[in-house]
Amino acid sequence: MNAAAASETNNVEASPAALLENPAARILSRRHRLRWWEALPWILGIVFYFAFPDYLGFGAELLVTILFALSLDLALGYAGIITLGHAAFFGAGAYTVGMLAYYSVWSEPITSLALAAVAAAVIGALSGLVLLRTKGLTLLMLTLCTMALLEQAANMAHDYTGGFDGLPSLAIAPVFGVFEFNPLYADTQYLYALGVLLVCFGFVRTLVYSAFGQSLTGIRENVLRMHAIGSPVRRRLVICYTISAAIAGVAGGLWAQTNAYVNLSTLGLDRAATVLIVLILGGYGRLYGAFVGAVVYLALEHFLAQLYPTAWQLGLGLLLVVIALFARNGILGLGEALWRRCRDALSRRKRAGSAAS
Amino acid sequence: MLGGAAPREPGRAGQALTGLPVNFAADLASILLGGLAAGTVLFVVSVGLSVTMGLMGFINLAHGAFAMFGGYIIVLAMNRAHFGFAAALVIGFVGTAALSIVLEQFLYRRLYRAGELDQVLFTIGLIFIFIAATTIAIGPESQTLQLPQALSGQLNLGFITYRTYSIFLIAVGFAIAFGIWLTFERTRIGAQIRATVDNRRMAESLGIDVDRLFTITFAFGSGMAAIGGGLGAEFLGLDPQYALKYLVYFLIAVSVGGLGSVLGVYYAALLLGVLDFVLKLYLPKGGTIFIYVLAILMLLVRPQGLFGRKEL
Repeated sequence: MNAAAASETNNVEASPAALLENPAARILSRRHRLRWWEALPWILGIVFYFAFPDYLGFGAELLVTILFALSLDLALGYAGIITLGHAAFFGAGAYTVGMLAYYSVWSEPITSLALAAVAAAVIGALSGLVLLRTKGLTLLMLTLCTMALLEQAANMAHDYTGGFDGLPSLAIAPVFGVFEFNPLYADTQYLYALGVLLVCFGFVRTLVYSAFGQSLTGIRENVLRMHAIGSPVRRRLVICYTISAAIAGVAGGLWAQTNAYVNLSTLGLDRAATVLIVLILGGYGRLYGAFVGAVVYLALEHFLAQLYPTAWQLGLGLLLVVIALFARNGILGLGEALWRRCRDALSRRKRAGSAAS
Repeated sequence: MLGGAAPREPGRAGQALTGLPVNFAADLASILLGGLAAGTVLFVVSVGLSVTMGLMGFINLAHGAFAMFGGYIIVLAMNRAHFGFAAALVIGFVGTAALSIVLEQFLYRRLYRAGELDQVLFTIGLIFIFIAATTIAIGPESQTLQLPQALSGQLNLGFITYRTYSIFLIAVGFAIAFGIWLTFERTRIGAQIRATVDNRRMAESLGIDVDRLFTITFAFGSGMAAIGGGLGAEFLGLDPQYALKYLVYFLIAVSVGGLGSVLGVYYAALLLGVLDFVLKLYLPKGGTIFIYVLAILMLLVRPQGLFGRKEL
């Protein structure tokens, strides 16, 4: 590279075309492009609809779990906020949709989801403003306490929330005024959930590749350095936490709509721990971890938990221990490591072959 | 969430607010004693967690599982092998400490330098394993602990007659807290622990074997948890869900008290016990909400806890 080109690439004002001659810049600019395999989950989603018409209820549950895990990924995987209380937002969204529908205030599904997102975002912003001052064990405790607080509050407001029994048989209006939710056959629920997931995923994907998303990763990796370069760390974290809460609220609202009921299980430690496990299993801090984790977890649960509930719990415990000790990046991380090893072995062999000839 | 140590008498206590002042004093004393007894159990279980977290910064959510494991050993030793209460407590302590040393050497050790998330996942996994293993080995039903004759009656304290067991718990808890405090303040190993909690790197460079220190305190803390599990089994119950059910309470006691502070945990646990007891009595429906609110406010004002050192 001659001196003129070098000075050009070092110059911030250089034209984008010139910048792209630098290999590092090329990799960076290509990183967020859509790849062919990114269509796979959605194709599989459609295939599932036609292949397993009897399992659409299960499918809708799966899609909701993916969405919920995706929202956690934004906070935990990208911004590094370790929370044990993410179900607080899921429950907030579910109860927003549930109470609006139960008391016949508002039952139009899409706007209900928007309201659920707003309700969860408000709670996320308020709690985030105070919680995110802390870190480590204190943060963990505070997220846990916030969730327990909401759960107790929902239990106490028995007259409005139905307490432990929850609110049954919610009447949700048809989607777009046309497609009705049929409690016995979940085809509308499934496609509706798939659509909502697609929209939310598009949003999250755009977000994590944006400058904002990059700064979140920076905060996760080295918060001191982000402070040093003048990044408004706390504000970024609160915004991320709020967005994550809003998406979790959408997931909760979707859960209430597809199941046509809402109860305290949407707010508990069980749900928060489950979504954490789902995300870790798939691989956190990567967009498709939520998908892989949810599919594997729910499939295992569906086939094993009914048969051997105790053995399932034992296996889940062993799985978590093994992941924490040996496979910190989840299934996708393992796959990536395997792929890299194969590729290296191949290229080494190729090099050896060309050297021999 | 914590069961009351005394038979609950909401009517009587409720009357006390409007009734005679003589009654009120007696009720106040009975509430205090019941709360202190529950708080004592909370302290005995949590103290080990506080010290090990302070030492290594290891987030060990499975601490309650050790308490459950020990509680089961103690109850089974009494019910099936017909050991005395004291002997069973010793067996529980030794058995749980031995198990914790094995787990520490082979598993925990690998994660000291890992991130919080890995520690959280690992210990949640351990909780699941403990719960499932207990369910498979012993069964999902709750185990009952039969107190020895000497502890099951009522004791006349002069101004009030109260359950002997609650008084016994409070006394034992005080003795344990005093003993641990003395060990911390007056012995060589106590000084090493305090030094390591304050500044681990400095302690290491002064030649303190932090890993060994941690193994010892971890084993001791798990043994204490076992004793707490046994002492509390009579009124907290003992079933496989124990490890998860009371986790939030253990964590609140530890974080409100301040990591690595024995007296802090003692005060926090007693406070939590009394508060829980009072709220259960006067607000049986959802009184626990105030505990969460108070814990949140407390941790916001003093993130390092009541007695914790401020992080530098």
